Amino acid sequence: MAGANTAPPAAATKVADRDAFGPSTVKEEVILEVKDLRTYFTTRWGTVKAVDGLSFTLRKGETLGIVGESGSGKSVTSLSVMRLIPSPPGHIVGGQVILDGVDLLQLSESEMSKVRGDKVSMILQDPMTALNPVFNVENQVGEAIRIHQGLRGRSLLDKIIDALRKVRIPAPETRVKDYPHQLSGGMRQRVVGAIGISCEPLVLIADEPTTSLDVTIQAAYLRLLKEIQAETGLAIIFITHDFGIVAKMCDRVAVMYAGKIVETGDVRQIFNRPKHPYTEALLSSVPKLEEKTDRLYAIAGQPPALYNLPPGCSFAPRCPYVVDRCKEEYPPQFSAEERHVSACWNWEQVGKTQ
Amino acid sequence: MTTRGARPKIVKGLEHLAVPKDEVLITSNNLKKYFPVSRGFSLFGGKAMLKAVDDITFNIRAGETFGLVGESGCGKTTTAKMVLSLERPTAGEITFEGKSILKMDGDTRHNFRTNVQAVFQDPWSSLNPRMRVRSIVGEPMEIARNMTRQQINARVGELLTEVGLNPYQANLYPHEFSGGQRQRIGIARALALSPKLVVLDEPVSALDVSIRAQIMNLLVDLQKQHGLAYLLIAHNLATVRYMCHRVGVMYLGKIVEMGDTDPLFDDPMHPYTRALISAALPSHPDIKREEIILPGEVPSPINPPSGCTFNPRCPVKIGAVCEETRPALAEEKPRHWVSCHLYETSLKAAQAIAKAEPAPAAATNGRSAA
Repeated sequence: MAGANTAPPAAATKVADRDAFGPSTVKEEVILEVKDLRTYFTTRWGTVKAVDGLSFTLRKGETLGIVGESGSGKSVTSLSVMRLIPSPPGHIVGGQVILDGVDLLQLSESEMSKVRGDKVSMILQDPMTALNPVFNVENQVGEAIRIHQGLRGRSLLDKIIDALRKVRIPAPETRVKDYPHQLSGGMRQRVVGAIGISCEPLVLIADEPTTSLDVTIQAAYLRLLKEIQAETGLAIIFITHDFGIVAKMCDRVAVMYAGKIVETGDVRQIFNRPKHPYTEALLSSVPKLEEKTDRLYAIAGQPPALYNLPPGCSFAPRCPYVVDRCKEEYPPQFSAEERHVSACWNWEQVGKTQ
Repeated sequence: MTTRGARPKIVKGLEHLAVPKDEVLITSNNLKKYFPVSRGFSLFGGKAMLKAVDDITFNIRAGETFGLVGESGCGKTTTAKMVLSLERPTAGEITFEGKSILKMDGDTRHNFRTNVQAVFQDPWSSLNPRMRVRSIVGEPMEIARNMTRQQINARVGELLTEVGLNPYQANLYPHEFSGGQRQRIGIARALALSPKLVVLDEPVSALDVSIRAQIMNLLVDLQKQHGLAYLLIAHNLATVRYMCHRVGVMYLGKIVEMGDTDPLFDDPMHPYTRALISAALPSHPDIKREEIILPGEVPSPINPPSGCTFNPRCPVKIGAVCEETRPALAEEKPRHWVSCHLYETSLKAAQAIAKAEPAPAAATNGRSAA
């Protein structure tokens, strides 16, 4: 019955309104506010300012992408919000993390463990290491529910199966008895997702959740996260180095470099009008799938070591817009347009081709 | 400075790549690699075969980049190992400059080993931590060339300069370098003997975003200067599109589609290629693709589905012919090959093969006219 031309074309089409997944879930109400967060590590070579004066807000139902390269401090940010920084050597030396009106940094350890996994939870990068090989799925998904909601027996099992159903694991009634090695990579990551959402958190932190997955499995997983967000109104922080994930998933973007946020804005502001040289350079250094790229812009040099950072802007040694002032003074946050902030002395020049 | 604020212009065409020559450097004909896997505990009982690579044919011209793309387990790395003569094919033939590499005499082997080099994915595990960069880059010359210590040292300095490092860094050990610099050392080692073909197995996927562009541009530049041919193994479609002249898409050990880069990405023909491209991440939030979600997961290569191995997941399956007749890779458009029954040339080729084989497949011919 089918001819040669029935397959839908995979061609990309430009559309004006967000998004591939349906109407926007963003509400005005702020659920998480991080103010001037500082996390330092004491090492032999000096104090490493892994996160140095970080501020951002996250609204209900919003997806914030924190983008950066390795060593930019994006994972330390997520661990600081969860209060999971190994100490020593790490210390949260300042700032506030206000979740639903409560400053998490002021809580005692036992109060924090009531929040962790309940109001804020996390999906880690590698499902192989995030899951314990000697416990079955029921055990691992049920742990948080048992602790936070005190459920036992049949009602606990129902809740576990419910969580597995939410992440679209087929036949969850039988899957609960499986061990991680019996599941494929995509299924394992879904189990990790089920653990994350099992207590219906307010905020979910996803730290590179799909880097170890294949392209087609990744697409299905990202769609799943968006569906869960639409159902539950969850706010998500996406930690990633991949602008493709940001383009597909995020409402807001924060770009990190050497422990600081250098630019924040709505996703379209960042992609259409980047106002920090680092953001602009990163966007131009990624090849495009949709069209032939002539030659990539390559950022010279490497990210700096985080101890003993020079005064002034950390990106200055690699920056094509650098002026003398950049090497002496760290730039303040300039407001480029509404809800769009850049930490660059020269932000007005960025994007103007000469 | 010329780089000030310069975002690359988007131009159609392959201007940033070298122009390949007409001469064919390496060919692979009906290449197969089956690995025996033991089933259960029986010592002598039936051995099952894992068909890692199952009948693939391609060639690479001098100065050309041929990309093999596919998801994990599709056989692309096994193919690379056979091209490097690190794995012996179960069946099929590989020739380098017209000579078979499966039965090489001493001279041919020496010629092959000097002319075909590799750069690997992980720059942390592909360099020996106990060797200085001088020895790492100089070792191929020590083995294959009749050069004095001074000549080798001078050449190591040249090579390091060429890949963007400093000659004095020859005295350092690998741990003193960052990931991108290590990958440059790996590239310098691969270039040491002035090879004609370099196999690049995921050369940038372990690197940071800002370093990836540096390494990709370096590889493109080196190709232009030395007329190198590359076999690029990658899973990132955008990387493949940027680097390659021609691309082969692999699924379960077979090439399902092969052609020039631009036509293949702009107008993919095989349903799997379409699904793969639709699932790739967009480069801008306003780009919205019709996402084709494939049901299920890649089946086991030990017991692949009959007929077209993609048929259980195919969104445009046309019927019994897909389950019964194995499709053949055929040139559907000029220089664009596809292996799918949706296309007449491919279907006819598959039927011709099925007819030639007396096996049960012959019975399906009557039903397959679609």
